[in-house]
Amino acid sequence: MIPLQWYLYLALALFAVGLFGFVSRRNVIIVLLCVELMLNAVNIALTALGTALEDVTGHIVVFFVIAVAAAEAAIGLSLVVLIYKRFREVHLDEVKMLKG
Amino acid sequence: MPFSLLNFKALAPEIFLVLVASFMVLFDRAIRAKDFFFWTALLGTLVAWWLCRTSLGISFGESYTADHYGFFLKTIFLLSLFLSILISPVYARRRGFHFGEYYGLLYFAVCGMMLMASGTDLLLIYIGLELMSLSIYVLVAVDWRDPRGLEGGLKYFLLGSLASAFLILGLAIIYGRTGTLFLARIHQHLSVDPAVLAGIAFFLVALGFKVAMVPFHMWAPDAYEGAPTPVTAFMSVAAKAAGFAALGRIFLLAFASAHPMWIKLLVPFAVLTMFVGNILAVVQTNIKRMLAYSSVAHAGYILLGIAAGTREGLSAVLLYLFIYAFMNIGAFGIVTLLQREGGVGESIYDYQGLARLYPFPALLMLLFMFSLTGIPPTAGFMGKFYLFRSVVHAGHPWLAVLAVLASVIAAYPYLRIVMFMYMREPEREIQPASSLSLWAALGISALGVLVIGLYPGSLLHAVMGSVF
Amino acid sequence: MGETVLAAKYLPILILAILVFIIGLSMTIANQILAIRRPYSEKLVRYECGLPPSGEPRHPFSVKFYAIAILFVVFDVEAVFLYPWAVSFGHLGAFAYVEMIVFIALLLVAYVYAWIRGAFQWE
Repeated sequence: MIPLQWYLYLALALFAVGLFGFVSRRNVIIVLLCVELMLNAVNIALTALGTALEDVTGHIVVFFVIAVAAAEAAIGLSLVVLIYKRFREVHLDEVKMLKG
Repeated sequence: MPFSLLNFKALAPEIFLVLVASFMVLFDRAIRAKDFFFWTALLGTLVAWWLCRTSLGISFGESYTADHYGFFLKTIFLLSLFLSILISPVYARRRGFHFGEYYGLLYFAVCGMMLMASGTDLLLIYIGLELMSLSIYVLVAVDWRDPRGLEGGLKYFLLGSLASAFLILGLAIIYGRTGTLFLARIHQHLSVDPAVLAGIAFFLVALGFKVAMVPFHMWAPDAYEGAPTPVTAFMSVAAKAAGFAALGRIFLLAFASAHPMWIKLLVPFAVLTMFVGNILAVVQTNIKRMLAYSSVAHAGYILLGIAAGTREGLSAVLLYLFIYAFMNIGAFGIVTLLQREGGVGESIYDYQGLARLYPFPALLMLLFMFSLTGIPPTAGFMGKFYLFRSVVHAGHPWLAVLAVLASVIAAYPYLRIVMFMYMREPEREIQPASSLSLWAALGISALGVLVIGLYPGSLLHAVMGSVF
Repeated sequence: MGETVLAAKYLPILILAILVFIIGLSMTIANQILAIRRPYSEKLVRYECGLPPSGEPRHPFSVKFYAIAILFVVFDVEAVFLYPWAVSFGHLGAFAYVEMIVFIALLLVAYVYAWIRGAFQWE
C-alpha cells in the first residue's frame, strides 16, 4: 500500500509542471496540453483521496472532470483551427491584434 | 431510497432552458425566418422566469437548492439575457450570426449560471461554471470571420481553462480535508489549517478569474473588445453575477468559519481591483475597453460586499448586481446603437457632439454614465450607497473610504464621455442603427436605472429576503 | 506497513529501471564509438518500410481530421458515464434506466446537430 502522501506529492508535482508549461510555452497546442496535465494531476489526487477516505465521491468527480476536460479540449482545438486558418500561426506572440 | 430525494420540479427552469436551447440548435437549418428564434428566445426567457418563481425546492439530496437567493440571482441572469437578446438582432444580422445556435448558446450559458446560483455542492457549481464558460468562449468567437473575436475568445478560453484547473485543485484539497463536497457539511467539518487555506485561496483565484478580479483580469479587456457587443453586454453582467453567486455561496456558507482568514486574502485583491480597474479605464480610447476596465472596477466594489461577510453585505451585493444589469447593458446598448463596420463608433472620440446630432441617445448615455459613476438620483448611487454602508457596518470604515476614493477616480472616464457628448463639436456623423428591439432594451434599462434610483424601497425589501 | 517494507517491495522495479537505463545508454555509446561510418546517399535517406520515400514525413494533417477527431473525443469520453451506471445497474432499477435514456437522448441531440451541420461530410 503506497501512502496517500506520495500520490498527493505526485499530483502536486504534475500540477506544477503543467502550470509552469502553461506560463512558459507560447504554442497554443502545448498550452492546451498543459491544462490537460493540470486537470489530470488533480484527477490523481481525487482518486487517491477517494480511496483513502473510502468515499466514492472523489471517483465520481474524476468522471466529471474527464468529461469536462474533453469538452474544453474540443472547444480549444476548434478555436485553434479557426485561428490557424485566419492567422496561419499557432504561436501566442504572433496573434495580437488587441493591445494588452 | 435515494430517489425520493429527486425533485425535478425544483429543476424545471434549467430543464426548460436546455429543451428550448436544443430545439433552437437543432431546427436552425429547418427554419428560414431567423426572427423566429429571436422571439422564441425572448418568450422563453419570460417562461423560464415564471418557472423559477414557481419552483422553489431542494433536489438531488443537498446538491441543488432553489431558494430565494438562487431565485434573485436567476432573475438577474434572465433579466440580462432578456436585455441582451433585445439588443442582439440589429448587430447579429449585420455580422451574419443571427441564427438559432447563437440564442441556443446564450440559453446554455444561462443554464450553467443557474446551476452555479443554486448549487450547494462544489461538484455542481463546477459543472455549472464549465457549462457557462464553455458556452461563453464560443459566444465570444461566434463572429468567426472577425479576427478580434477569435483572439479574444482564445485568450478568454486559455485563462478560463487555467482558472477551472485551479478550481478543481481547490475542490480536491477541500474534499481531502473535509471528506465531502456539500457546502453545508463542509461548513461543519472545516477546520482551519494551511491546506484548507490553500484550497480557499485556489477557489478565490478561480472565481476571481470569472469576475475579473485584478490581477486575474487580463482576459477581460481583450474578450470584451473582441466579442460581439451584445455578447459583451451579456457576459459583463450575467457571467459576473454568476461568479459572485458562487463566491457568495461558497465563501459565506461553506467557508464561513474561516472568514477571519480569507478576509485578509480578499481585501487586498478587492482594493487592487477597484483602483487598477478605474485607473486603467482612464487611459482607454476604445469605449468597449473602457467599459471592460470599468467592469473590472465594479467587480472590486462588489468584492467588498463579499468581504464584509455579513448578511447585509451579501444583500448589498445582490442589489448591486441587479442595478449593474440595467446600467451596464444600457451602456452597451448605446454602443451597439452607434457601432459600425471596421471599428467605427467604438472610439470614444466618435461620441463627440452626439448631443447635438442625436439628443435622445446622448441623454440615455448620460443617464447610464451617471449611474455607473454613482451620482444620485440614479440607481448606481443606491447600489454603491448600500454596498459601502454594509462595509462600514461590518467594521471596516477605511475600506469604505478607499472605495469612495476609487469611485472618484472612476468619475473621470465616465464623465469624459458625457463631456464629449455635450461640449464638443461632432467630428464625424454616425447614423444610429434604429431598431425597435434595441430601443426597447434601452428604454427598459433607463427605466430601471431611474425607478430603482428614485424608489428603491420594494427592491431593498426583496433583496433582504433573498439572503440565505 | 512501514516505509522500509514498502521500499523493499518496489526494489525490483527500481533495479529493473536502472538496468534498462544502463543497457540502453551503453548500447548507444558503444555504437557511437565502435561503428564504422561510410555514409552514402541511399543510407542517409529516410526509412519508409523499404520503399522509396514519397514525401516529407511531417506534413500537416488536413483540418478535416481535426473536426472528426474532436467529435470523436467528445462522444468517446461521454461514454465514460455509462460505465459506473452499467456496474451498479443491478441496484438502481428502472429509474436509472430511464435516466440513462434521457442522457443518451441529449447526446443524440448533439450528434444530430453535428450531422445536420455537415460535420461528418468529408468533402
